Amino acid sequence: MPEQLAFAMEVFLNGLMSGVLYALVALGFVLIYKASGIFNFAQGVMALFAAMTLVGIQNGQVPFAHLINAVLGTHIHHFGWHIHSVLALILTVGVMVLLAVAIQKFVFRHLVGQEPIILFMATIGLAYFLEGFADLMWNSEIKKLEFCLAGTTCLPQGINLAIDEATYNWFGYGFFIDNLDITATIVAIILVIALVAFSQYTKQGRAMRAVADDHQAALSVGISLNFIWVLVWSVAGFVALVAGIMWGAKSGVQFSLSLIALKALPVLMLGGFTSIPGAIIGGLIIGVGEKLFEFWVGPLVGGATENWFAYVLALVFLVFRPQGLFGEKIIERV
Amino acid sequence: MKKIFVTAVAGLMAAAPAMADLVFPSLSYRTGPYAAGGIPFADGYADYFTLLNERDGGIGGVMTKLLECETGYNTEKGVECYESTKGEGALVYQPLSTGITYQLIPKTTADDIPMHTMGYGRTSAANGNVFSHTFNYPGTYWNGASGAVNYLLETNGGDIKGKKIALVYHNSAYGKEPIRTLEELQKKHGYELSLLPVDHPGQEQKSQWLQIRREKPDYVLMWGWGVMNQVAVQEAANIRFPMENFIGIWWSGAEHDVLSAGDKANGYKALTFHNVGRDFPVFEDIQKYVVDAGKAAGAGDQIGNVLYNRGLYAAMLAAEAAKTAQGIHGTADITPAMMRDGMEALEITEEKMAALGMPNFGPSFSVSCENHGGPGLVGVTQWDAGSKTWSLISDFKPTDMEVIGALIEADSGSYASENNIEAQCK
Repeated sequence: MPEQLAFAMEVFLNGLMSGVLYALVALGFVLIYKASGIFNFAQGVMALFAAMTLVGIQNGQVPFAHLINAVLGTHIHHFGWHIHSVLALILTVGVMVLLAVAIQKFVFRHLVGQEPIILFMATIGLAYFLEGFADLMWNSEIKKLEFCLAGTTCLPQGINLAIDEATYNWFGYGFFIDNLDITATIVAIILVIALVAFSQYTKQGRAMRAVADDHQAALSVGISLNFIWVLVWSVAGFVALVAGIMWGAKSGVQFSLSLIALKALPVLMLGGFTSIPGAIIGGLIIGVGEKLFEFWVGPLVGGATENWFAYVLALVFLVFRPQGLFGEKIIERV
Repeated sequence: MKKIFVTAVAGLMAAAPAMADLVFPSLSYRTGPYAAGGIPFADGYADYFTLLNERDGGIGGVMTKLLECETGYNTEKGVECYESTKGEGALVYQPLSTGITYQLIPKTTADDIPMHTMGYGRTSAANGNVFSHTFNYPGTYWNGASGAVNYLLETNGGDIKGKKIALVYHNSAYGKEPIRTLEELQKKHGYELSLLPVDHPGQEQKSQWLQIRREKPDYVLMWGWGVMNQVAVQEAANIRFPMENFIGIWWSGAEHDVLSAGDKANGYKALTFHNVGRDFPVFEDIQKYVVDAGKAAGAGDQIGNVLYNRGLYAAMLAAEAAKTAQGIHGTADITPAMMRDGMEALEITEEKMAALGMPNFGPSFSVSCENHGGPGLVGVTQWDAGSKTWSLISDFKPTDMEVIGALIEADSGSYASENNIEAQCK
């Protein structure tokens, strides 16, 4: 096989894997937008907050330690324990549910019936608040994320040797596929299946879909909008936690995690804001598209094309299909 | 008469704060994507001035006052910070951002306030003939680039002809700084150079590292900052690139850049212009007079970290320049213009550093009207993942000033002609 073709195949596969990571972030946006019509600008910051909370709980970090020490003159930073990853995950989910309740109670309950742009602005405010709150609660240091299921079975990272060897035998060139990306793909598949099953086969899921279709009709049959929105924000919080774990394992848990939302925007534009499969397919197209473009065209134009190419690709799709590949076509008649 | 008296008293009272303290602004960033690097630097900078106040009663008998302003590493905010603090008697600015530096060069010159951009900013500002108020001693990015090449020459028996060197850089003015120098040195030493830009913030670098894996360069140099550093070290480990052949600039060589990659980061190297670790007498004083007294800028847990040391070193150089200015002008209450004179006449010797409790903390050097960039000596540090410490593995060595000097001359020359600046050194 020609060397360039083998390289291109490797880039293609890595693009798919990157696309899954983008889709993980995009999923959280879709869930909230679908159920409440809110474009949640704070989704990236939620991923940051969730990952920081997970690591903080895991490492026994005292929340608001700097604040407590400054006020009381103490020097406490850690409780002195280390919690198992799974227990820390469960506790973090609990924190994300509490956050969802707080967001609903203190922000969106007071904005019922407001224009979408007002709700969007509220999420911008929420993003800034959460950024500062996360820093204050867990401090700005970069934290190493070690998520282990049992003993030494932790999130794997680095080249997958089996794929490297197999592709070397087939093509004469061993492909690099990151074990973390493979894990992220498996997790994303499980997550999507779970989300689809939840929305199709559970009472709460069906209520969520009913609210997504028509708020007024859902209210008229006794569905509590408050409960559903708390549920949706909680599920989005959980998705943010998963995204935070996968991205945080690559770079350490730090402020920049909040910027992964930038990677999700073109995915949403392309896949549609209301479709879970759209987020996945959109993520894959963006991931593969930007990686192949960087591989073939990047060297001719000085490189670093990925960020802008993702948006250009999404814009091209928008011209032909404004609602995105899987988005709902909205027809308003006067 | 009464009116004149009241006006005079009011005038004196208004002027009093500027006379009372030596004001050192700190344009810091404790929030945002670069906070992990900004916090230890700001802590080190603040703690040194606190030490001078608590231990020595200030500088030359005048207390120091730190004016901290949060920039978030944002250029617009940095300029706002400058505008809002310059009227408080600010003696010298340390913007800690190349973007802010570029904006402040004309402003500080017009306002007659010096600026110190230690190891960052506009490299050609080393030419004091053109950049009268900007100082970038003791080293610049171009010294860094040359220092890296010199280190490779040294480890390859003086010959790197045909060797492949890849530069992974932040796709910004900062990241592009070393390119020209590396290209010039390429002509001289015959290595192959490939350029791999990474877009802000640098969270996704798969394409760049796949390319490195395909092209198999002998060495990778990195000009990164923020999350780009951590991701690059992790990706290098993922593709099993030999860490001892991976060298970062001094802004890519702090503890937090390597800790998240764990043991796989072992052996990674970074350039430096100052020493690392906390094995210096000055830290005992910091502990006693600052941390134990509850006056530390942070939690006291950053002491001895690379960027804390850098902040401390920057503060020490500012304080020594202030002392020099006091000596030159025969007054303890110096103005920003006097501070500039002090910076231009600054002389740092090993004896002086030892007396300050910082023996061999940085190179000995002197500044002159023509040379605001110092000697450009560069050292190399290496990360030991086992002990989680950086170690200085080389002396501070000279860089190729023949190449760098010509580049500085050319770049500062075009700046001078664009802005009608005449040579200021007689």
